[in-house]
Amino acid sequence: MENGFSSPRNDSFPAGLRVLVVDDDPTWLKILEKMLKKCSYEVTTCGLARDALSLLRERKGGYDIVISDVYMPDMDGFKLLEHVGLEMDLPVIMMSVDGETSRVMKGVQHGACDYLLKPIRMKELRNIWQHVFRKKIHEVRDIEILEGIEFQMTRNGSDQYEDGHFLCGEDLTLIKKRKDIESRHDEKDIGDNSSSKKARVVWSVELHQKFVKAVNQIGFDKVGPKKILDLMNVPRLTRENVASHLQKYRLYLSRLQKENDFNNPVGMIKQSDSPSSDSNGNFGSQNSINLQDASNGCYGFSGSSLGVHNVDPRNHDGDRKRLVTAPVAEPKRGVTIDPPNPSKPRNSQMEFGHPLAPPQSEVNFARFDFSFPTKYPWCGVPETQLKQEHNPLHLNDGFSRQPMPGQKQLSRADHPQPAPAISSATSSTERQTGCPVKIKPSHNDYTSNANHASAVDSTPLQTKTNMTDHQAVQENQGLNMNCLADLESPRKNINLGTLPFATLDEDLQVCFVAGDYYMNLGLQNIEVQEYFDPGLLTGVPTHLDDGLRFDYEIYDPTEYSLIDQSLFI
Amino acid sequence: MERTQLRRQVALTRQSLFDQGFLDEQFIQLEDLQDDANPNFVEEVVTLYYRDSARLITNIEKALEKNSLDFNKLDGFMHQFKGSSSSIGAKKVKAECTLFREYCRAGNGEG
Repeated sequence: MENGFSSPRNDSFPAGLRVLVVDDDPTWLKILEKMLKKCSYEVTTCGLARDALSLLRERKGGYDIVISDVYMPDMDGFKLLEHVGLEMDLPVIMMSVDGETSRVMKGVQHGACDYLLKPIRMKELRNIWQHVFRKKIHEVRDIEILEGIEFQMTRNGSDQYEDGHFLCGEDLTLIKKRKDIESRHDEKDIGDNSSSKKARVVWSVELHQKFVKAVNQIGFDKVGPKKILDLMNVPRLTRENVASHLQKYRLYLSRLQKENDFNNPVGMIKQSDSPSSDSNGNFGSQNSINLQDASNGCYGFSGSSLGVHNVDPRNHDGDRKRLVTAPVAEPKRGVTIDPPNPSKPRNSQMEFGHPLAPPQSEVNFARFDFSFPTKYPWCGVPETQLKQEHNPLHLNDGFSRQPMPGQKQLSRADHPQPAPAISSATSSTERQTGCPVKIKPSHNDYTSNANHASAVDSTPLQTKTNMTDHQAVQENQGLNMNCLADLESPRKNINLGTLPFATLDEDLQVCFVAGDYYMNLGLQNIEVQEYFDPGLLTGVPTHLDDGLRFDYEIYDPTEYSLIDQSLFI
Repeated sequence: MERTQLRRQVALTRQSLFDQGFLDEQFIQLEDLQDDANPNFVEEVVTLYYRDSARLITNIEKALEKNSLDFNKLDGFMHQFKGSSSSIGAKKVKAECTLFREYCRAGNGEG
């Protein structure tokens, strides 16, 4: 936030750094507060992770860095870490008495900037400002790169992104491209980049929704900061803002995807996130899964045809991934543009590439984006999504069963929307969810996991041939991606109704991830993240639910609706 | 005079605590944090610690009284306790906690 940074930092950085400390132990809170004050930082202490999150959300840009304990009663430190990273993109430092390598690795995997061992020394605290500084620098650089890439894209047309790597959410790809772009950067006008110190823009829900909408409109593959910016048509928004936001969004999607897929080694998880390790382990721990999903989701979108791997029954994760990947391949994008024509677009979308074939996932994605807008029953979804975790496998199963692996994916794709949107599924969802959502409906039916059902429902993705499930879904969450129903015909196969929820969940989750991701971005809430899971995971809900659930708590229904809009893009 | 004597006593006690391994350098860190703005900082922190750990110990005792020991819960308590004690530099307590946790992991109720 521009406001946040300017005053304290100008005179004598790092003095005046605004730190938020989260720890359940009051003794430590006091000690840390004193230590930080000695470093001339501004300290705020918090005993509960929940409070910390709400504090962060209330005052976006009110803090520069967060220090959190790993073991806390109400929320796992890693989860908090993820939320903060996704919603506010603040550097987070973990600390604990336990200094085992595995723990430290987990921290880093979840995005921690640093891991301190208790007891903490003063000198260790003195240097935390470097993380804040580093992040700032990277942000500016990333934006430039993205700009460059975007520039490239526009110039070269779609070839680049069609390759898939270009737009891959993956950082790796970006990094690679970055190098390329940088080398050919000259013509690009870096003017914007240089201008700043990027003012930190707060991605409000509306803004995020617009963003998601724009992204969907353009087509995930083709998306570029400039295009998004133009579409969003927000006066004070700069390309850098959009670029960095986009990057985060992609990360989120890919992470979610990864979670979903963690079981599936499929390339989907390209994301550098340690999806596999995390996902596997985390499957239960929503966080990781969500990430996976996100990542998976990203995959799908990135066009890098992750290979929408057929929905094999394998873990829902795999499914998720598939969904993600699939979308990319398919030209679904076009679909996204379709206005949520409930009846028709969906079919087209879902079917896009492969009527149920894995591409569906892609399609789903494409679809989600825009179709969901209405659907975002997010509100409802998040809850269900969490549930999804339970069923994580369900989805997959469901999907895998489905003849159309692709379908599953579709469901996934839908999920982005479904999450909150699903509730609105009433009509709009139909269109969108056609693909992914469908799965959900089935899930809902399944709701094997009672939770899932709810979560799943929310994620209209319910692949269940939406139509039928649609109702069911709606019941659950309203997510009813009924829209999907339209598409469903092929999907019906997927209709998870028959399929185990798990499968759907996965698929759905995948979908959601994408959806969630958008939402999150817009919402800036962690909750958004949640969405993905639920939506996507309908099958997977179990793990997602947990993760999501957590977030959802905070998530208010109102946000969901917003997200829907944006997601739908 | 008395004051000096008292001070000397305090210093001796403090030194012995260090020597016996009850306290470690973290305590010194705390002392360094104390300054004019917070003259009783160390005292406050230690008081806080006592209060918090008293509560924790009660919980632990309750958990130990049960017939079937819930090692996971005990482990959790120990972790908390360990963290707290490390905050003020209570070395020995921390060591005991670690030992306790080992027993928990091994499922050793007697330990």
